[in-house]
Amino acid sequence: MATTVETKGWTRNDMAARAAKELRDGYYVNLGIGIPTLVANNIPPGLTVTLQSENGMLGIGPFPYDDEVDPDLINAGKQTVSQLPQTSYFDSATSFGMIRGGHIDLAVLGGMEVSEDGDLANWMVPGKMIKGMGGAMDLVAGVKKIIVVMEHVSKNGAAKFIPECTLPLTGKNVVDMIITDLAVFQRPDHDSPFKLIELASGVTKEEVREKTTANYVD
Amino acid sequence: MQKIYPSAESALDGLLFDGMTIAAGGFGLCGIPERLIDALVASGIKDLTVASNNAGIDNEGLGKLLRTRQIKKMISSYVGENKEFERQFLAGEIEIEFNPQGTLAERMRAGGAGIPGFYTKTGVGTQVAEGKEHKEFDGETYILERGIRADVSIIKGWKADETGNLMFRKTTRNFNLPAATCGKVCIAEVEEIVAAGSLDPDCVHLPSIFVNRLIDGSPYDKRIEFRTVREREAA
Repeated sequence: MATTVETKGWTRNDMAARAAKELRDGYYVNLGIGIPTLVANNIPPGLTVTLQSENGMLGIGPFPYDDEVDPDLINAGKQTVSQLPQTSYFDSATSFGMIRGGHIDLAVLGGMEVSEDGDLANWMVPGKMIKGMGGAMDLVAGVKKIIVVMEHVSKNGAAKFIPECTLPLTGKNVVDMIITDLAVFQRPDHDSPFKLIELASGVTKEEVREKTTANYVD
Repeated sequence: MQKIYPSAESALDGLLFDGMTIAAGGFGLCGIPERLIDALVASGIKDLTVASNNAGIDNEGLGKLLRTRQIKKMISSYVGENKEFERQFLAGEIEIEFNPQGTLAERMRAGGAGIPGFYTKTGVGTQVAEGKEHKEFDGETYILERGIRADVSIIKGWKADETGNLMFRKTTRNFNLPAATCGKVCIAEVEEIVAAGSLDPDCVHLPSIFVNRLIDGSPYDKRIEFRTVREREAA
Protein backbone atom coordinates (compact mmCIF):
# COMPACT_ATOMS: atom_id res chain seq x y z
CA MET A 1 0.00 0.00 0.00
CA ALA A 2 1.30 3.42 -0.88
CA THR A 3 0.60 5.18 2.36
CA THR A 4 2.40 7.92 4.21
CA VAL A 5 0.73 7.22 7.53
CA GLU A 6 3.39 5.92 9.88
CA THR A 7 1.33 3.38 11.74
CA LYS A 8 2.24 -0.25 11.83
CA GLY A 9 0.00 -2.66 9.99
CA TRP A 10 -3.04 -2.03 7.83
CA THR A 11 -6.28 -0.25 8.68
CA ARG A 12 -9.63 -1.79 7.81
CA ASN A 13 -9.70 0.22 4.61
CA ASP A 14 -6.11 -0.77 3.74
CA MET A 15 -7.13 -4.42 4.09
CA ALA A 16 -10.11 -3.84 1.80
CA ALA A 17 -7.88 -2.04 -0.71
CA ARG A 18 -5.48 -4.99 -0.65
CA ALA A 19 -8.36 -7.36 -1.35
CA ALA A 20 -9.46 -5.08 -4.20
CA LYS A 21 -6.10 -5.69 -5.90
CA GLU A 22 -7.31 -9.26 -6.54
CA LEU A 23 -10.17 -7.99 -8.73
CA ARG A 24 -9.90 -8.56 -12.47
CA ASP A 25 -11.76 -6.96 -15.34
CA GLY A 26 -15.14 -8.59 -15.85
CA TYR A 27 -15.32 -10.23 -12.45
CA TYR A 28 -18.63 -10.93 -10.73
CA VAL A 29 -18.00 -10.55 -7.01
CA ASN A 30 -19.84 -11.10 -3.74
CA LEU A 31 -18.75 -9.06 -0.74
CA GLY A 32 -19.54 -10.03 2.84
CA ILE A 33 -20.59 -7.69 5.61
CA GLY A 34 -18.01 -5.57 7.49
CA ILE A 35 -14.53 -4.98 6.09
CA PRO A 36 -15.36 -6.83 2.83
CA THR A 37 -18.05 -4.22 2.06
CA LEU A 38 -15.26 -1.60 1.95
CA VAL A 39 -13.77 -3.38 -1.09
CA ALA A 40 -16.51 -1.71 -3.16
CA ASN A 41 -14.91 1.71 -2.47
CA ASN A 42 -11.52 0.49 -3.66
CA ILE A 43 -12.22 -0.98 -7.10
CA PRO A 44 -9.26 -0.02 -9.31
CA PRO A 45 -10.21 2.49 -12.03
CA GLY A 46 -10.71 1.03 -15.49
CA LEU A 47 -11.94 -2.34 -14.24
CA THR A 48 -15.52 -3.44 -14.81
CA VAL A 49 -16.53 -5.33 -11.68
CA THR A 50 -20.14 -6.36 -11.04
CA LEU A 51 -21.15 -6.83 -7.42
CA GLN A 52 -23.67 -9.51 -6.55
CA SER A 53 -25.98 -9.28 -3.57
CA GLU A 54 -27.29 -12.70 -2.58
CA ASN A 55 -30.77 -11.37 -1.82
CA GLY A 56 -31.23 -11.10 -5.59
CA MET A 57 -29.31 -8.34 -7.36
CA LEU A 58 -26.42 -8.07 -9.80
CA GLY A 59 -24.89 -4.63 -10.17
CA ILE A 60 -25.13 -3.01 -6.73
CA GLY A 61 -25.00 0.78 -6.89
CA PRO A 62 -23.89 3.17 -4.13
CA PHE A 63 -26.05 4.14 -1.15
CA PRO A 64 -28.98 6.23 -2.44
CA TYR A 65 -29.46 9.96 -1.97
CA ASP A 66 -31.78 10.70 0.91
CA ASP A 67 -34.75 11.44 -1.36
CA GLU A 68 -34.19 8.30 -3.46
CA VAL A 69 -34.27 5.73 -0.67
CA ASP A 70 -36.42 2.76 -1.72
CA PRO A 71 -37.50 0.14 0.86
CA ASP A 72 -37.77 -2.39 -2.02
CA LEU A 73 -34.07 -2.02 -2.83
CA ILE A 74 -31.62 -3.34 -0.26
CA ASN A 75 -28.37 -5.30 -0.16
CA ALA A 76 -27.72 -8.53 1.73
CA GLY A 77 -26.81 -6.49 4.81
CA LYS A 78 -30.36 -5.03 4.63
CA GLN A 79 -28.96 -1.58 3.88
CA THR A 80 -30.67 0.62 1.30
CA VAL A 81 -28.72 0.77 -1.99
CA SER A 82 -29.27 2.06 -5.53
CA GLN A 83 -29.36 0.45 -8.96
CA LEU A 84 -27.06 0.93 -11.94
CA PRO A 85 -27.72 0.84 -15.70
CA GLN A 86 -26.49 -2.79 -15.80
CA THR A 87 -28.47 -3.96 -12.75
CA SER A 88 -30.68 -7.04 -12.81
CA TYR A 89 -32.94 -8.53 -10.15
CA PHE A 90 -33.83 -12.17 -9.50
CA ASP A 91 -35.11 -14.53 -6.82
CA SER A 92 -33.07 -16.22 -4.07
CA ALA A 93 -32.98 -19.65 -5.74
CA THR A 94 -31.56 -18.11 -8.93
CA SER A 95 -29.17 -16.02 -6.85
CA PHE A 96 -27.78 -19.08 -5.10
CA GLY A 97 -27.72 -20.91 -8.41
CA MET A 98 -25.15 -18.29 -9.43
CA ILE A 99 -23.22 -18.83 -6.20
CA ARG A 100 -23.45 -22.61 -5.90
CA GLY A 101 -23.11 -23.13 -9.64
CA GLY A 102 -19.63 -21.60 -9.69
CA HIS A 103 -20.60 -18.51 -11.68
CA ILE A 104 -19.25 -15.98 -9.16
CA ASP A 105 -15.53 -15.30 -9.60
CA LEU A 106 -14.62 -14.05 -6.16
CA ALA A 107 -16.06 -13.69 -2.67
CA VAL A 108 -14.49 -11.62 0.09
CA LEU A 109 -15.65 -12.66 3.55
CA GLY A 110 -14.89 -11.93 7.18
CA GLY A 111 -13.52 -14.65 9.44
CA MET A 112 -13.22 -15.64 13.07
CA GLU A 113 -10.69 -18.43 12.43
CA VAL A 114 -8.91 -19.90 9.41
CA SER A 115 -7.00 -23.18 9.70
CA GLU A 116 -3.75 -24.01 7.94
CA ASP A 117 -5.75 -26.38 5.69
CA GLY A 118 -8.05 -23.56 4.60
CA ASP A 119 -11.03 -24.36 6.82
CA LEU A 120 -13.09 -21.28 7.69
CA ALA A 121 -15.11 -20.60 10.84
CA ASN A 122 -17.13 -17.40 10.75
CA TRP A 123 -20.72 -18.11 11.75
CA MET A 124 -21.11 -19.18 15.35
CA VAL A 125 -19.54 -19.17 18.78
CA PRO A 126 -20.86 -21.96 21.03
CA GLY A 127 -22.60 -20.61 24.11
CA LYS A 128 -23.45 -17.32 22.42
CA MET A 129 -26.68 -16.48 20.62
CA ILE A 130 -26.45 -18.01 17.15
CA LYS A 131 -27.71 -15.71 14.44
CA GLY A 132 -27.25 -18.16 11.58
CA MET A 133 -24.90 -18.71 8.68
CA GLY A 134 -26.88 -16.74 6.10
CA GLY A 135 -25.27 -17.33 2.71
CA ALA A 136 -21.71 -17.90 3.97
CA MET A 137 -21.70 -21.70 3.61
CA ASP A 138 -23.05 -21.44 0.06
CA LEU A 139 -20.46 -18.84 -0.89
CA VAL A 140 -17.46 -20.84 0.36
CA ALA A 141 -18.79 -24.01 -1.28
CA GLY A 142 -19.50 -22.49 -4.68
CA VAL A 143 -17.48 -19.38 -5.47
CA LYS A 144 -14.30 -19.85 -7.52
CA LYS A 145 -11.98 -17.90 -5.21
CA ILE A 146 -12.42 -17.15 -1.51
CA ILE A 147 -10.56 -14.34 0.24
CA VAL A 148 -10.91 -14.00 4.01
CA VAL A 149 -10.22 -10.57 5.47
CA MET A 150 -9.79 -10.48 9.25
CA GLU A 151 -7.74 -9.01 12.08
CA HIS A 152 -4.60 -11.08 12.58
CA VAL A 153 -5.35 -11.75 16.26
CA SER A 154 -8.52 -11.68 18.33
CA LYS A 155 -9.38 -8.92 20.79
CA ASN A 156 -7.60 -10.83 23.55
CA GLY A 157 -4.53 -11.38 21.39
CA ALA A 158 -5.12 -15.01 20.35
CA ALA A 159 -4.02 -16.13 16.88
CA LYS A 160 -6.83 -16.50 14.32
CA PHE A 161 -4.78 -18.26 11.62
CA ILE A 162 -4.32 -21.52 13.48
CA PRO A 163 -3.54 -25.24 12.94
CA GLU A 164 -7.16 -26.32 13.33
CA CYS A 165 -10.35 -24.31 13.86
CA THR A 166 -11.83 -24.51 17.35
CA LEU A 167 -15.18 -22.97 16.29
CA PRO A 168 -17.83 -24.73 14.19
CA LEU A 169 -16.88 -24.62 10.52
CA THR A 170 -18.45 -22.64 7.71
CA GLY A 171 -16.56 -24.70 5.16
CA LYS A 172 -13.75 -27.23 4.97
CA ASN A 173 -10.68 -26.54 2.83
CA VAL A 174 -12.26 -23.54 1.10
CA VAL A 175 -10.00 -20.49 1.67
CA ASP A 176 -7.61 -19.34 -1.07
CA MET A 177 -6.22 -16.15 0.45
CA ILE A 178 -6.08 -14.51 3.89
CA ILE A 179 -5.61 -10.78 4.30
CA THR A 180 -5.02 -9.51 7.84
CA ASP A 181 -3.91 -6.19 9.26
CA LEU A 182 -0.38 -7.60 9.28
CA ALA A 183 0.09 -9.81 6.23
CA VAL A 184 -1.24 -11.65 3.19
CA PHE A 185 -1.18 -15.45 2.84
CA GLN A 186 -2.06 -17.27 -0.35
CA ARG A 187 -2.08 -20.77 -1.75
CA PRO A 188 -2.24 -21.78 -5.42
CA ASP A 189 -4.65 -24.67 -4.87
CA HIS A 190 -6.46 -26.51 -2.09
CA ASP A 191 -3.72 -29.17 -1.70
CA SER A 192 -0.90 -26.68 -1.06
CA PRO A 193 0.09 -24.91 2.16
CA PHE A 194 -0.42 -21.17 2.58
CA LYS A 195 2.54 -18.96 1.79
CA LEU A 196 3.26 -15.57 3.32
CA ILE A 197 3.36 -13.34 0.24
CA GLU A 198 3.19 -9.82 1.62
CA LEU A 199 3.74 -7.85 4.83
CA ALA A 200 1.81 -4.76 5.86
CA SER A 201 3.82 -1.56 6.31
CA GLY A 202 6.20 -1.73 9.26
CA VAL A 203 5.48 -5.40 9.98
CA THR A 204 8.24 -8.01 10.09
CA LYS A 205 8.18 -11.71 9.19
CA GLU A 206 9.14 -12.45 12.78
CA GLU A 207 6.15 -10.58 14.16
CA VAL A 208 3.80 -12.47 11.83
CA ARG A 209 5.38 -15.76 12.85
CA GLU A 210 4.99 -14.86 16.51
CA LYS A 211 1.28 -14.06 16.12
CA THR A 212 0.40 -17.07 13.97
CA THR A 213 0.08 -20.65 15.18
CA ALA A 214 -0.77 -22.14 11.75
CA ASN A 215 1.98 -23.71 9.71
CA TYR A 216 2.75 -21.73 6.56
CA VAL A 217 5.62 -21.18 4.16
CA ASP A 218 7.51 -17.88 4.17
CA MET B 1 -62.49 -19.22 -10.73
CA GLN B 2 -62.29 -16.19 -8.51
CA LYS B 3 -58.86 -15.77 -6.91
CA ILE B 4 -59.33 -12.31 -5.49
CA TYR B 5 -60.32 -12.10 -1.83
CA PRO B 6 -61.48 -8.95 -0.05
CA SER B 7 -59.06 -9.25 2.88
CA ALA B 8 -56.11 -11.21 4.25
CA GLU B 9 -58.40 -12.78 6.82
CA SER B 10 -60.81 -14.06 4.17
CA ALA B 11 -57.92 -15.32 2.01
CA LEU B 12 -56.75 -17.54 4.88
CA ASP B 13 -60.23 -18.92 5.52
CA GLY B 14 -60.41 -22.71 5.66
CA LEU B 15 -56.66 -23.19 5.32
CA LEU B 16 -55.41 -22.86 8.87
CA PHE B 17 -54.80 -25.52 11.48
CA ASP B 18 -52.55 -25.73 14.55
CA GLY B 19 -49.16 -27.30 13.85
CA MET B 20 -49.18 -26.45 10.14
CA THR B 21 -46.14 -25.50 8.06
CA ILE B 22 -46.01 -22.11 6.40
CA ALA B 23 -43.46 -20.91 3.83
CA ALA B 24 -43.04 -17.14 3.86
CA GLY B 25 -41.31 -14.84 1.38
CA GLY B 26 -39.16 -11.82 2.14
CA PHE B 27 -35.58 -10.97 3.02
CA GLY B 28 -35.27 -9.06 6.26
CA LEU B 29 -38.27 -6.73 6.11
CA CYS B 30 -37.97 -6.35 2.32
CA GLY B 31 -40.89 -7.88 0.47
CA ILE B 32 -42.58 -9.49 3.47
CA PRO B 33 -46.30 -10.38 3.37
CA GLU B 34 -47.31 -7.85 6.04
CA ARG B 35 -51.09 -8.21 5.75
CA LEU B 36 -51.06 -12.00 5.82
CA ILE B 37 -48.74 -12.04 8.85
CA ASP B 38 -51.13 -9.68 10.66
CA ALA B 39 -54.03 -11.96 9.75
CA LEU B 40 -52.15 -15.02 11.06
CA VAL B 41 -51.59 -13.19 14.35
CA ALA B 42 -55.30 -12.33 14.54
CA SER B 43 -56.32 -15.92 13.72
CA GLY B 44 -54.71 -17.21 16.92
CA ILE B 45 -53.35 -20.29 15.15
CA LYS B 46 -50.62 -22.06 17.16
CA ASP B 47 -47.53 -24.29 16.92
CA LEU B 48 -46.54 -23.07 13.49
CA THR B 49 -43.44 -24.26 11.67
CA VAL B 50 -42.35 -21.35 9.50
CA ALA B 51 -39.82 -21.65 6.67
CA SER B 52 -38.56 -18.13 6.07
CA ASN B 53 -35.07 -16.75 5.49
CA ASN B 54 -35.38 -14.47 8.52
CA ALA B 55 -37.66 -14.21 11.53
CA GLY B 56 -38.48 -10.51 11.27
CA ILE B 57 -37.30 -8.04 13.86
CA ASP B 58 -38.94 -7.10 17.14
CA ASN B 59 -42.61 -6.36 16.48
CA GLU B 60 -42.15 -6.30 12.70
CA GLY B 61 -42.78 -9.02 10.17
CA LEU B 62 -42.65 -12.53 11.66
CA GLY B 63 -41.53 -10.85 14.89
CA LYS B 64 -45.24 -10.24 15.48
CA LEU B 65 -45.95 -13.98 15.41
CA LEU B 66 -42.99 -14.58 17.71
CA ARG B 67 -44.25 -12.07 20.24
CA THR B 68 -47.56 -13.90 20.45
CA ARG B 69 -45.73 -17.27 20.75
CA GLN B 70 -47.55 -18.75 17.76
CA ILE B 71 -44.37 -20.16 16.21
CA LYS B 72 -43.01 -23.48 17.43
CA LYS B 73 -40.17 -23.82 14.95
CA MET B 74 -38.33 -21.64 12.45
CA ILE B 75 -36.45 -22.92 9.39
CA SER B 76 -34.18 -19.97 8.58
CA SER B 77 -30.68 -18.94 7.56
CA TYR B 78 -30.33 -15.85 9.72
CA VAL B 79 -32.29 -14.61 12.73
CA GLY B 80 -30.20 -11.66 14.00
CA GLU B 81 -31.62 -8.27 14.97
CA ASN B 82 -34.42 -9.91 16.95
CA LYS B 83 -34.39 -9.70 20.76
CA GLU B 84 -37.64 -11.61 21.26
CA PHE B 85 -36.37 -14.48 19.13
CA GLU B 86 -33.15 -14.50 21.13
CA ARG B 87 -35.05 -14.56 24.42
CA GLN B 88 -37.30 -17.46 23.34
CA PHE B 89 -34.35 -19.35 21.88
CA LEU B 90 -32.21 -19.03 25.01
CA ALA B 91 -35.21 -20.03 27.16
CA GLY B 92 -35.73 -23.13 25.00
CA GLU B 93 -39.21 -21.97 23.98
CA ILE B 94 -38.62 -22.06 20.24
CA GLU B 95 -36.87 -24.48 17.95
CA ILE B 96 -34.65 -23.34 15.11
CA GLU B 97 -33.35 -25.31 12.16
CA PHE B 98 -30.58 -23.29 10.54
CA ASN B 99 -30.27 -23.83 6.81
CA PRO B 100 -27.63 -22.24 4.61
CA GLN B 101 -29.47 -19.54 2.67
CA GLY B 102 -28.96 -21.16 -0.71
CA THR B 103 -29.99 -24.53 0.66
CA LEU B 104 -33.20 -23.00 2.03
CA ALA B 105 -34.01 -21.32 -1.29
CA GLU B 106 -33.28 -24.52 -3.21
CA ARG B 107 -35.31 -26.60 -0.74
CA MET B 108 -38.31 -24.41 -1.52
CA ARG B 109 -37.64 -24.43 -5.26
CA ALA B 110 -37.20 -28.21 -5.25
CA GLY B 111 -40.32 -28.78 -3.13
CA GLY B 112 -42.31 -26.69 -5.56
CA ALA B 113 -40.91 -28.54 -8.56
CA GLY B 114 -41.71 -32.02 -7.27
CA ILE B 115 -38.10 -32.77 -6.37
CA PRO B 116 -38.02 -34.50 -2.95
CA GLY B 117 -34.26 -34.11 -2.46
CA PHE B 118 -31.10 -32.82 -4.08
CA TYR B 119 -27.36 -33.00 -3.50
CA THR B 120 -25.26 -29.95 -2.71
CA LYS B 121 -21.68 -29.19 -1.67
CA THR B 122 -22.90 -26.47 0.69
CA GLY B 123 -22.35 -27.49 4.31
CA VAL B 124 -20.12 -30.50 3.68
CA GLY B 125 -17.74 -30.88 6.64
CA THR B 126 -19.89 -28.66 8.89
CA GLN B 127 -22.64 -29.18 11.48
CA VAL B 128 -25.17 -28.82 8.66
CA ALA B 129 -24.01 -32.13 7.18
CA GLU B 130 -24.46 -34.14 10.37
CA GLY B 131 -26.87 -37.02 9.92
CA LYS B 132 -27.31 -36.40 6.20
CA GLU B 133 -26.52 -38.78 3.37
CA HIS B 134 -23.14 -38.08 1.75
CA LYS B 135 -22.47 -39.02 -1.85
CA GLU B 136 -19.55 -38.59 -4.22
CA PHE B 137 -19.99 -37.22 -7.72
CA ASP B 138 -16.94 -36.80 -9.94
CA GLY B 139 -14.58 -36.98 -6.96
CA GLU B 140 -16.39 -34.35 -4.86
CA THR B 141 -18.54 -34.95 -1.79
CA TYR B 142 -22.13 -33.71 -1.63
CA ILE B 143 -24.91 -33.98 0.96
CA LEU B 144 -28.56 -34.77 0.45
CA GLU B 145 -31.02 -32.00 1.29
CA ARG B 146 -34.80 -32.36 1.22
CA GLY B 147 -37.30 -30.30 -0.71
CA ILE B 148 -39.82 -28.39 1.41
CA ARG B 149 -43.56 -28.69 0.90
CA ALA B 150 -45.56 -26.22 2.97
CA ASP B 151 -49.26 -26.36 3.77
CA VAL B 152 -49.58 -22.71 2.83
CA SER B 153 -47.24 -20.16 1.26
CA ILE B 154 -47.62 -16.48 2.00
CA ILE B 155 -45.91 -14.03 -0.33
CA LYS B 156 -45.78 -10.36 -1.22
CA GLY B 157 -45.78 -9.16 -4.84
CA TRP B 158 -45.90 -5.78 -6.53
CA LYS B 159 -48.58 -6.12 -9.22
CA ALA B 160 -50.76 -9.03 -10.18
CA ASP B 161 -53.45 -9.36 -12.78
CA GLU B 162 -56.82 -10.73 -11.73
CA THR B 163 -55.80 -14.25 -12.83
CA GLY B 164 -52.77 -14.24 -10.52
CA ASN B 165 -49.93 -13.52 -12.95
CA LEU B 166 -47.56 -11.60 -10.76
CA MET B 167 -44.58 -9.26 -10.87
CA PHE B 168 -42.18 -8.33 -8.12
CA ARG B 169 -40.33 -5.06 -7.70
CA LYS B 170 -36.53 -4.79 -7.32
CA THR B 171 -35.06 -6.90 -4.49
CA THR B 172 -38.44 -7.95 -3.12
CA ARG B 173 -38.48 -11.02 -5.38
CA ASN B 174 -36.01 -12.81 -3.06
CA PHE B 175 -37.67 -15.78 -1.30
CA ASN B 176 -41.14 -14.81 -2.47
CA LEU B 177 -40.79 -16.69 -5.73
CA PRO B 178 -39.45 -20.03 -4.42
CA ALA B 179 -41.79 -19.84 -1.40
CA ALA B 180 -44.79 -19.33 -3.68
CA THR B 181 -44.09 -22.54 -5.56
CA CYS B 182 -43.65 -24.84 -2.53
CA GLY B 183 -47.01 -24.29 -0.85
CA LYS B 184 -49.98 -26.59 -1.41
CA VAL B 185 -51.89 -23.31 -1.45
CA CYS B 186 -50.18 -20.00 -2.17
CA ILE B 187 -51.69 -16.72 -1.04
CA ALA B 188 -50.22 -13.59 -2.57
CA GLU B 189 -50.72 -10.05 -1.37
CA VAL B 190 -49.87 -7.29 -3.81
CA GLU B 191 -49.85 -3.51 -4.05
CA GLU B 192 -52.15 -3.42 -7.05
CA ILE B 193 -54.44 -5.83 -8.91
CA VAL B 194 -54.86 -5.04 -12.58
CA ALA B 195 -57.03 -6.41 -15.38
CA ALA B 196 -55.88 -9.48 -17.32
CA GLY B 197 -53.89 -8.27 -20.31
CA SER B 198 -52.41 -5.31 -18.45
CA LEU B 199 -49.12 -7.07 -17.67
CA ASP B 200 -46.71 -7.88 -20.48
CA PRO B 201 -46.71 -11.72 -20.56
CA ASP B 202 -42.95 -11.60 -21.21
CA CYS B 203 -42.47 -9.78 -17.91
CA VAL B 204 -44.48 -12.01 -15.57
CA HIS B 205 -42.17 -13.30 -12.81
CA LEU B 206 -44.61 -15.73 -11.20
CA PRO B 207 -47.18 -17.34 -13.54
CA SER B 208 -50.75 -17.50 -12.27
CA ILE B 209 -50.69 -21.28 -11.76
CA PHE B 210 -48.65 -20.69 -8.59
CA VAL B 211 -51.07 -18.15 -7.12
CA ASN B 212 -54.26 -19.60 -5.62
CA ARG B 213 -55.55 -16.64 -3.67
CA LEU B 214 -54.87 -12.97 -4.11
CA ILE B 215 -55.46 -9.82 -2.12
CA ASP B 216 -54.76 -6.15 -2.64
CA GLY B 217 -52.92 -5.27 0.56
CA SER B 218 -52.32 -1.60 -0.16
CA PRO B 219 -51.49 0.87 1.22
CA TYR B 220 -48.13 -0.47 2.38
CA ASP B 221 -46.06 0.88 5.18
CA LYS B 222 -42.71 -0.56 4.09
CA ARG B 223 -40.18 -0.60 6.89
CA ILE B 224 -36.44 -0.20 6.35
CA GLU B 225 -34.01 -2.04 8.61
CA PHE B 226 -30.89 0.00 7.85
CA ARG B 227 -31.42 3.28 6.09
CA THR B 228 -28.06 4.11 4.50
CA VAL B 229 -27.62 7.18 2.28
CA ARG B 230 -24.91 9.25 0.63
CA GLU B 231 -24.54 13.01 0.48
CA ARG B 232 -25.24 14.84 -2.74
CA GLU B 233 -22.05 16.25 -4.25
CA ALA B 234 -21.92 20.04 -3.97
CA ALA B 235 -23.08 21.66 -7.23
